[in-house]
Amino acid sequence: MATITFTIDGKPVSGQPGQSILKAAQAAGIYIPRLCAFKDLIPHGSCRICSVRVNGRIQAACVQTISDGMVVENDTPEILEFRKAILDMLFVEGNHYCMFCEKSGLCELQALAYRFGITAPQFPLLNPNRPIDLSHPDVYLDHNRCILCGRCVRVSQELDNKNVFQFVGRGYQKRLQVNGEALAATGLRVADRVTASCPVGALMKKRVGYAVPVGERPFDHQPISAEWHAKQEA
Amino acid sequence: MKQALTAVVEDICRRYGNDRTRMMDIVIAVQRRLGCISVEAMECIANAVNSHRVEVESVVTFYSFLSVKPRGKVIIRLCKDIVDWMKGYEEVADAMAKELGVTMGETTADGALTLTHTPCIGMSDQAPAALVNDVVVPNLTPERGRQVVRELRRHLDPPQLVTMLGDGNNAHPLVHAMVRNNLRRRGPVHFSDFESPAGLEAALKRSPEEVVAEVRASRLRGRGGAGFATGMKWEFARNAPGQKRYVLCNADEGEPGTFKDRVLLTERPDQMFEGMTIAGYALGSDAGIVYLRGEYAYLQAFLEHVLAERRRRGWLGQDILGRKGFNFDIRIQLGAGAYVCGEETALISSCEGLRGDPKNRPPFPAEKGYLGCPTIVNNVETFSAVSRILEKGAAWFAGMGSERTTGTKLLSICGDCRKPGVYEVPFGITARELLDLAEADNPGAMLIGGPCRQMIGPERFSGRICYDDLATGGAILIFNRARNKLEIAEHYLDFFIHESCGHCTPCRVGLVLLKKAVHKVVSGAGEPADLDYMRRLSYIISQTSRCGLGQAAPNPVLGALENFKPLYADLVSDRKRGLLSTFDLSKAVVDSELRVGRLSRYV
Repeated sequence: MATITFTIDGKPVSGQPGQSILKAAQAAGIYIPRLCAFKDLIPHGSCRICSVRVNGRIQAACVQTISDGMVVENDTPEILEFRKAILDMLFVEGNHYCMFCEKSGLCELQALAYRFGITAPQFPLLNPNRPIDLSHPDVYLDHNRCILCGRCVRVSQELDNKNVFQFVGRGYQKRLQVNGEALAATGLRVADRVTASCPVGALMKKRVGYAVPVGERPFDHQPISAEWHAKQEA
Repeated sequence: MKQALTAVVEDICRRYGNDRTRMMDIVIAVQRRLGCISVEAMECIANAVNSHRVEVESVVTFYSFLSVKPRGKVIIRLCKDIVDWMKGYEEVADAMAKELGVTMGETTADGALTLTHTPCIGMSDQAPAALVNDVVVPNLTPERGRQVVRELRRHLDPPQLVTMLGDGNNAHPLVHAMVRNNLRRRGPVHFSDFESPAGLEAALKRSPEEVVAEVRASRLRGRGGAGFATGMKWEFARNAPGQKRYVLCNADEGEPGTFKDRVLLTERPDQMFEGMTIAGYALGSDAGIVYLRGEYAYLQAFLEHVLAERRRRGWLGQDILGRKGFNFDIRIQLGAGAYVCGEETALISSCEGLRGDPKNRPPFPAEKGYLGCPTIVNNVETFSAVSRILEKGAAWFAGMGSERTTGTKLLSICGDCRKPGVYEVPFGITARELLDLAEADNPGAMLIGGPCRQMIGPERFSGRICYDDLATGGAILIFNRARNKLEIAEHYLDFFIHESCGHCTPCRVGLVLLKKAVHKVVSGAGEPADLDYMRRLSYIISQTSRCGLGQAAPNPVLGALENFKPLYADLVSDRKRGLLSTFDLSKAVVDSELRVGRLSRYV
């Protein structure tokens, strides 16, 4: 197959036709931060953390396919400002309390905030009133921490061949919904691949929290990076 | 009871071939029959079309006109766009609420009537207006509002509200509406002497390639507002690999203040359908869909009748005009209250029976659109122009308008003017000329293209209507000098928040944050730094949002900030260093007292 060459921040990168900027960058060891992009799922293009400037226009790197001579800006002050703002929007939209969240230290949202040096929100907290679904014996769903990335929706559909999750409502009222009265009524099993797909602490297995001591968690010493994603996807 | 529901729902699903891509038709039909789409109905639909309840729910909860919970037998949707509001929305809303004994959003205790509001219903030239189920009630006053409620209480039959019929086809028995066309100026392209099948006959004298070439030569650009070259779009779709191709017509005219397509649909449906048929010939497509906004449901029966008539005459169907193998037909897809469906990929999603979420691009619709096939989506006015271009030639069309923007444009002019209505004008006309035509009353600002574009002040009234200067899909709103531009900007921000699909972060969350900032300034608590914050946040939202809605949503605020600088600047003042302007100490004390249940000081 013909190879496509383009540049990211001036560095030449090559990839295959039809490949997304994100995948080509990842293969070249260049880090483009992301939240909704996950393994080989159909790209969602929703979180916008992977926004890059492509030939002058802002595009989501997970969706935009590469072409010859394309000029991509990834690591620039402007793009960093966009990413920090979007991350912060995700924080203030929900209720995120890292200090006692079971996901702390392995949460991708938190890891991105650390990587970008975000210590406090720049936007006002929106403090939504959201429910927690504890109905399932082995798994729980805490809507307070949901960032609407749609990973669970797609993993359940594309990898588990089920349809446990979907979005309902629209705009700021949009939220995750399960296929039934509550999680217990959906046919979700703890062994389903979806239970390990949530980037934050929204969809969690019960009774296994805080298993890794503070100081030994994945992001305690290493920031989230292209290498970390490579390991996840291997 | 449950069995009866199952039978009704299953019957409806069967009518649509148990096809999940016809989900919009199914849920609309279920709601018409049963009043809402209950959990039981959703389960039943999911079974019939081999889907999942949560998939059905995701569709139902997306559209404003659909409901999971029962509502009144008759729903009064009062249009709450800015023009309605300027013409007395609040007084009418108060009068109707009092007469009903409910507050906005509620249903009467007997379950008969629901009063609610909705964004622009395409009647800004006869505002304030309401939709009563599908029936349009224009030119409301508080007295007329009370009268409507009293009549409805008596018969609960909205069509009986229709007393004086409108002009033209509004009086057609299948339309039967009180709507008026207010067609103030007819031009050579849309409102002239066209007779079917003149365009189609001319097209069939050419090869499909030649038809595309003719459209290219006319330099026609999309009339919905984005202005993409129509011929080029057709060529992309024509050359894209695929067995089947689709021709979609965007009749989801939702930009607040726009109503020109309503008049085309009422008076010139043949010209539009013919343009679609010509596109079918040019692209080698045999199927077209008109996506008709839910607010225009009152036109559906009439449009179906026009389609049936065209089939009868051999202008649609098999071997059209005797041309062996040229088959093309059109169906109407009704929407259900979602502005974002005017975005072409969201429109496609909705036609596929999904939530009206826009799709990721690439791939573009010309390559992979409706059901994954090459698809063109053009505006009603664009298809109408195509019929004339084929009939009278590209040179005739390109001879009108300005150098880079050929032809005429239909404008819907409304707001503070004596002659609101539809005007067909050549491109290149100045904003000031429009103010004169519509007899504007002491104009202080114009919104050219609706809230997704920018508000301009008198210093830009000399600008010209064309894609390179003042671009518009058709909306022209006029505001007199007394109008509060900041209130207008805030109103439109609310509109975009309501209409955002919620898919991407900047649009879903960013707009809510922007609204907080605007509100802080408008309420007098702002500081100069807040204006910079609003500018920066607007920039981030417009740059990083996925589709045109989020990219355009900050425009009302940016427009007010840039073109009416002193307005916001006058509202903000420097606070003492260290004092948070939004923090109200006495209110905070009262709040905490309420929460702990005791007073904070002993008295």
